[in-house]
Amino acid sequence: MKLLVSALLDPPAPGIHAGSQIDRRDFLRVLAGGLLICLREPSAWAQESGRAFGGHELPKDISAWLHIAADGQIKVFTGKVEVGQNIRTSLAQQVAEELHVPFDAITMVMGDTDLVPWDMGTFGSRTTPTMGPQLRTMAAAARRMLIEMAAQRWNLDPATLTAADGEVIDPKTTRSFTYGALTRGEKLVKVVSADEALAPAANWKIAGTAVPKAEGRDFVTGKHQYPSDITRPEMQFGAVLRADGFNATLASIDTAAAEKLPGVKVVHDGDFIGVVAPDAFGAQRALEAIQAKWTVPPQPGNQGLFEYLKNNPEAGQDDHPQHAAGSVPEAFASADVKLEQLYEIAYIAHAPLEPRAAVAEWNSGKLTVWTGTQRPFGVRDELVQAFHLSPDQVRVIQPDMGSGYGGKHTGDAAIEAARLAKAAGKPVKVVWTRSEEFTWAYFRPAGLIEIRAGARRDGTLVAWEHHNYNSGPAAIGTPYNVANQLIQFHATKSPLRQGSYRGLASTANHFARESHMDGMAHAAAIDPLEFRLKNITDPRLRAVFEAAAEKFDWSRSKATPALGYGIGGGLDKGGYVATCAEVEIDSAGKRVRIRRVVQAWDCGAVINPDGLRNQLSGAIVMGIGGALFERILFADGRILNPHFAEYRVPRFSDTPQIEIVLIDRKDLPSAGAGETGLVGLAPAVGNAIFSATGTRLVNLPMAPQAHSPGESDSPLRS
Amino acid sequence: MAEFVLNVNGAHLRTTAPPEEPLLSVLRNRLNLTGTKFGCGEGQCGACTVLLDGRAVRSCLTPVSAAANTKIVTIEGVEQNGALSPVQQAFLEEGAFQCGYCTSGMIVSATALLHQHADPSQDQIIQAMEGNICRCGTYPRILEAIKRASRMQTAGASR
Repeated sequence: MKLLVSALLDPPAPGIHAGSQIDRRDFLRVLAGGLLICLREPSAWAQESGRAFGGHELPKDISAWLHIAADGQIKVFTGKVEVGQNIRTSLAQQVAEELHVPFDAITMVMGDTDLVPWDMGTFGSRTTPTMGPQLRTMAAAARRMLIEMAAQRWNLDPATLTAADGEVIDPKTTRSFTYGALTRGEKLVKVVSADEALAPAANWKIAGTAVPKAEGRDFVTGKHQYPSDITRPEMQFGAVLRADGFNATLASIDTAAAEKLPGVKVVHDGDFIGVVAPDAFGAQRALEAIQAKWTVPPQPGNQGLFEYLKNNPEAGQDDHPQHAAGSVPEAFASADVKLEQLYEIAYIAHAPLEPRAAVAEWNSGKLTVWTGTQRPFGVRDELVQAFHLSPDQVRVIQPDMGSGYGGKHTGDAAIEAARLAKAAGKPVKVVWTRSEEFTWAYFRPAGLIEIRAGARRDGTLVAWEHHNYNSGPAAIGTPYNVANQLIQFHATKSPLRQGSYRGLASTANHFARESHMDGMAHAAAIDPLEFRLKNITDPRLRAVFEAAAEKFDWSRSKATPALGYGIGGGLDKGGYVATCAEVEIDSAGKRVRIRRVVQAWDCGAVINPDGLRNQLSGAIVMGIGGALFERILFADGRILNPHFAEYRVPRFSDTPQIEIVLIDRKDLPSAGAGETGLVGLAPAVGNAIFSATGTRLVNLPMAPQAHSPGESDSPLRS
Repeated sequence: MAEFVLNVNGAHLRTTAPPEEPLLSVLRNRLNLTGTKFGCGEGQCGACTVLLDGRAVRSCLTPVSAAANTKIVTIEGVEQNGALSPVQQAFLEEGAFQCGYCTSGMIVSATALLHQHADPSQDQIIQAMEGNICRCGTYPRILEAIKRASRMQTAGASR
């Protein structure tokens, strides 16, 4: 667990400390009038605290989540942020469901550190399983309070009253109070327990339905303001001088020409060199006018990367395997079918279409920063540390942003904008260029995975050994029944700055495991689906495999040299996935194209089937990039392909026919769906390629557009 | 620095900028029309697409001086008298976005495509839209939205 967190928060989040509690008076000031609900020691937080954050205690006392104004408008406050995953909609649906109000009555206030309760960030598919129940509990408690308030006014037993459509109703007389009429003029604070009875999913009327994306119209008219769209009075534009390579030192600098440009201010503070100009184009021009020479030390690149990872363990790492049972050497020695294989996973970039951006404004000692981040409170704490401020002197506001995919956890652009704004004495906007985004953000870790496995002739797995170097321990455990296992993550030094990513290590571990399972099935001459089912006990995993295979017509999909069929799947973060892929190999056997993908999915009770399908389909498309062609090329501290022209991402022509099968388990709690939908695609495609060509592709990406020195070459291109 | 009067969404807007400054930068940073997005500045992602005399162009690679005597339409000008265009309406109905950052460029590119081909084939759509990246991977829905918009326009024209 500790290792995963270090991967999620690299560099180590400087700001996670006990000072992160929001100030109670600020809260009440913000919410003048109306109903304020607080929750005592939310169970969702208790589960996440301590274990995940090295003993850091999350706030327990003041947490206001819900505000009902006199006019009936409802505001819901959460530190989770909307990055395209559609939680602005799905969380509001859940609140509307429990509060008994129309969906449209709710406005979600998200990711504004002055307005919302502390939150560690939006990652790990945690919003749905933790924030969902949290807000549902608050909404249910609020509804019961409102009923009690009406009962007092009418002098009736609350049990005789009902609540619907934002009103408390007395069914006997049909008289009613709107929620707003009940809260008007009253400031109520109630501490409630975490065990409020919630509506079962089977009875949902608003949750569980395909409510269209909240504020959807603003996205098709260009009205929605992303972080990079924010403007402030007298705002200037900033840009930062970047080194020639990683770990470089400044040898010489001449800023005279830049300083002569009209309106330009050069900010030189130690290693930090930036410019501020009245307009964005002028800022870029000023940057180009600076003459700087850097000394870049020799450092590892793609050449020899995987040997580097294998041979450079991180100091002081935990040497205990994640899973150990029986004796792998003995079971392997006596197995009928054996397979040993290395898998290599390249560094890849998040490449969110909106690059990192921030607008910073200093006002009477208070710093306000609008920025795109998945961790508004984490960025606030970075700013607190960078400028030696107290938390109440910093406000971070996160407008719904141009996505992140795990790539926007850190506050780099926020700190840069704040530094420049401080020096300029005016608000400053910083928007990273595409090549800055490709170079100075962080990457999904590269990884080396070694697997050896053994099975009996009848297909029963008996031995499984899995070592992952660097990419991470998420979903490293096999979901198949194996009596003898040794499964271990090895933390290593990383030549590149690395961090969180959608599906992080789960993608790598699933690719290796599911490719290996396919190899084992072929070695045992058993159908790959049958081989898996033979070794699965978990009924939910079995169900997704069977559902995907049925929709895909797996049993009648027989490979030819031109068409291949593959299957892969697994589970992580409460989501179960199985993916079938059909690939086309051109007649010369040189190029691969994915024609059709069927994916079955179970994450418990579905909150919004339309949003969920959009997420899953998007995950498949994003997964195509990492599976076939995305990879970062680097040497001597420089990224060699920091442009979309050189770093290929999936486009329209790469998109296969996609069919999603949802298994809606209304009897089970809802889990998140942002990440695990990504992990089945790569192995399904690799296994499909094998079925057509007999060639096992063991490196991600499997079919880059061109061969590059330092990479293992692939016989296929994409 | 030079003075320009740009015809943007039917309005004549006065601005001062270096002639070589990209139209995208002028729209976003000088005219505060932020619906058009910066994605790469290299003509590779399509987020900055605008119409110049009805043609879809990458505003990040178009110097403002080259746009001076054209009719510029940005996403803010696609809506007509408060009513969504068929393409906008179709994107909304199909839910053809996730984070939505590519949506302006997608809608403007699709608008130009449907001007050229009222009823485009799947291949024509893919070819016309290939330069627009949706990193969230919403391509299947965007394809459906463009087909829906084509049907809506055809139905509207025949009424």
